[in-house]
Amino acid sequence: MNSLKLWTAIGMLVLASSAGDVMLSAAMKRIGDLDAIRASKGLLAVVGHVIREKLFLLGLCCLIFSFFCLLTALSWGDASLVAPASASLTYICSAVMAKFLLHENVDRRRWLSAALVCVGVLLLVK
Amino acid sequence: MKFKRVKFKKIFIYLAIACCNGTGDVLLKRGMDNLGEIHLNHWTHIFNAFTDPWIILGILFLAGFFYSYLTALSWADLTFVLPATAFGYVVTAFLSRFFLHETVSPWRWTGVLLITCGVGLVARGPSLTERHIKDPALSKDSTLTKDALAKEHHELA
Repeated sequence: MNSLKLWTAIGMLVLASSAGDVMLSAAMKRIGDLDAIRASKGLLAVVGHVIREKLFLLGLCCLIFSFFCLLTALSWGDASLVAPASASLTYICSAVMAKFLLHENVDRRRWLSAALVCVGVLLLVK
Repeated sequence: MKFKRVKFKKIFIYLAIACCNGTGDVLLKRGMDNLGEIHLNHWTHIFNAFTDPWIILGILFLAGFFYSYLTALSWADLTFVLPATAFGYVVTAFLSRFFLHETVSPWRWTGVLLITCGVGLVARGPSLTERHIKDPALSKDSTLTKDALAKEHHELA
């Protein structure tokens, strides 16, 4: 029962942080190149553009929610399990979401890289 | 001409994301060591953290990370940028070893190596799915002709 609770928290954490990343990505694509905006209008304009984008705020809420899920999961399970498990699952989940929601061209190179990073992060706790 | 600029931008943003992320985490850890353990019944102690110079520096680095992360997302794919955040773990491993003097096991070094390979793989590829447009001067929804797309793709690769 406890492990079910823990994995539910990890699952929610992974979904929320991937969804947050996907929304941030979509929001930034809508705004356009931040470097170019900063070069022409200054840093404050960049901040203005970013915080007025609803998708960005929604993504931020998702990331904040995922942070609270992380705290909850950490209080239920070991940090050495929760942190790497959630981080590595997030890479895979984000890649899947990027492919199907953002229609990014996730080729074999990127899948392989996501898998390598995922295993690498898992090894970090050993 | 554009080729060089794009390549430089890619490398710079990768380094900025990885270094800010890794350094920020290590600085926070260094600051929290000063602070000592937080107990749930004295949870307000956590606010003392904001007076610690290491923690403030760590937060500044993490803010820098978030800014460079958003900048990268504004002109590159999510699947291109994500491995860069993982590269932060590599920076963390090196800093933990040489700055915090923690022991890093061979397994961790293997993990570091795998992450580095993953990052290297993606960084060599194109940063953006071709149908997107990089140039903000063009309107957001306009589509490029096939020739322009191919050229763009070639420049990014």
